[in-house]
Amino acid sequence: MKLIFALLAMLPLACGGQASAGRVLTLTGSSTIAPLAAEMGLRFEAVNPGSRVDVQSGGSSRGIADVRAGHADIGMASRALAASEEDLTPVTIARDGVALIVHADNVVTELTSEQVRRIYLGEASDWSEFGGTSGPITVVNKAEGRATLTVFLEHFGLDSRAIQADVIAGENEQAIKTVAGTPGAIGYVSIGTAMVDREAGVTIKLLALDGVQATHQNVSSGAYPLSRPLNLVLTTSPSPLALEFIEFARAPEQNDLILRESFVPMAEKL
Amino acid sequence: MRTSLAIAPRTRQDRALGVVLRSSALLAASLIFLVLLFVVFEARGALATPGFGAFFTDPSWHPVDDGTGSEYGVLPMLAATLATTFGALLIATPLGIGAGVFNALVAPAPFALLHRSLVEILAGIPSVVYGLWGLVVLVPWIGGVSHSGQGLLAASIVLSLMLLPTITLSTEAALLAVPKEQLQAAAALGLGPIARARLVAVPAARRGIVAGLVLATGRAVGETMAVLMVAGNVVAWPRGLRDPLRTLTGNIALEMGYATESHRSALFVVGLVLMLCVALLVILAGLFGSGENHSVSASGSAGR
Repeated sequence: MKLIFALLAMLPLACGGQASAGRVLTLTGSSTIAPLAAEMGLRFEAVNPGSRVDVQSGGSSRGIADVRAGHADIGMASRALAASEEDLTPVTIARDGVALIVHADNVVTELTSEQVRRIYLGEASDWSEFGGTSGPITVVNKAEGRATLTVFLEHFGLDSRAIQADVIAGENEQAIKTVAGTPGAIGYVSIGTAMVDREAGVTIKLLALDGVQATHQNVSSGAYPLSRPLNLVLTTSPSPLALEFIEFARAPEQNDLILRESFVPMAEKL
Repeated sequence: MRTSLAIAPRTRQDRALGVVLRSSALLAASLIFLVLLFVVFEARGALATPGFGAFFTDPSWHPVDDGTGSEYGVLPMLAATLATTFGALLIATPLGIGAGVFNALVAPAPFALLHRSLVEILAGIPSVVYGLWGLVVLVPWIGGVSHSGQGLLAASIVLSLMLLPTITLSTEAALLAVPKEQLQAAAALGLGPIARARLVAVPAARRGIVAGLVLATGRAVGETMAVLMVAGNVVAWPRGLRDPLRTLTGNIALEMGYATESHRSALFVVGLVLMLCVALLVILAGLFGSGENHSVSASGSAGR
């Protein structure tokens, strides 16, 4: 199988040098996966001279739409596929947790799922209810269509219409900057992004959820409840180059890249 | 004979230039129709169901159907766009006109040159940089401890910074175009620099100043990234200065990358609403700006 793909891949090279420009692999989708895929793409290009990997971010929904429409060879989706997406094949390359974040000066260190529900429904609006310093809670939500929003709503059983948000952020970074600048804010972002930023000195803090710390170990062990798979999505008839790339992305040699982006490699889980 | 020979190629050149000018004008004018056509084409799905009217009658904006149907109300976002635009103009207009008048009529030449370069740099700063400054510096300052600070006030301030150079530079250009003779005549009558500006130059340059304001308003309505970063982006009617709101442009930028099918089509309808909004603005500005056309008649009435 692999040999056939290798032979197929060499075919254009045998036809002449200029044909190698045709070995372009396009990935579109989740802005969470895009930086990781771009790093993997660089490494893939280095070991496969003549190939080019184009990575464009635009959200999981777009990744799925693009791969289905043939605009992309591989879609990136940072969530499990829905029932209506069964025509596609997901390949999980890593896992990511969604962390609840507050300002670093907030004394609250953990919340239960029920408490988070009440905050986002506007039923609880003061930090003193959760053992914090008295002050209003600023609720930071994500824009419709974002994968983190979907994961969040599903886990907490919330309806996006019922959420009483004070700020709606698009990108993870926007949510983090808002929380870092607002002592009374709570938001949720990818654990990977939150950890990188916290280590860089951004004034945020990751909350434990239902008594479980938001750490890599807990995400990979499945103990942390709010996590999601990072999927590369293929159609039923993928190109050889796409299969080659997926094989490459799943290899344990790429785990350092996954860890560097603060995601949890799949191999650790097995 | 020699003269006619000399003239002939010039007229041919003129004719060629005329063709070039005409076709550029036609191209520029037809571009807007092509864009409009494209936007309507992409919006056709949402224009069929739920229809254009639903965008103005639905109470809120929930384009993603999660089992309970979708809502496509854009009125709160339209109001938010108008509110931030008005807020920004409220701050930037007096500052911009003041700076432009000072620079063109009052300031000593070397200072005016320095000031103009500074304003030009201000005009060249990318909007996302203003947004970043707003998000990291302005918003926490407005919000204090208990509030995010993202909302109408923050959006208006950030936006006003971006309008300021447009208004200043266009005011200055309009004032510098006022005939020197009029200003010299005013000086001969014993008017000082401030009175000359107030009674002669500003009324004469009125049309140019209004044109600058229209440009600025257009920019305010269309500005996206900077506003997106500081407005809070909750779909809500503008109420308090610190309450979050989402503009039409912000809505498109926030959701377009993630939108599929009917959601995507609905966003194109939002774009259509935005275009209509700008068109209306241009028409209104045309009505306002044509009040007094000529610097001569304006200064004439001021002289009386």
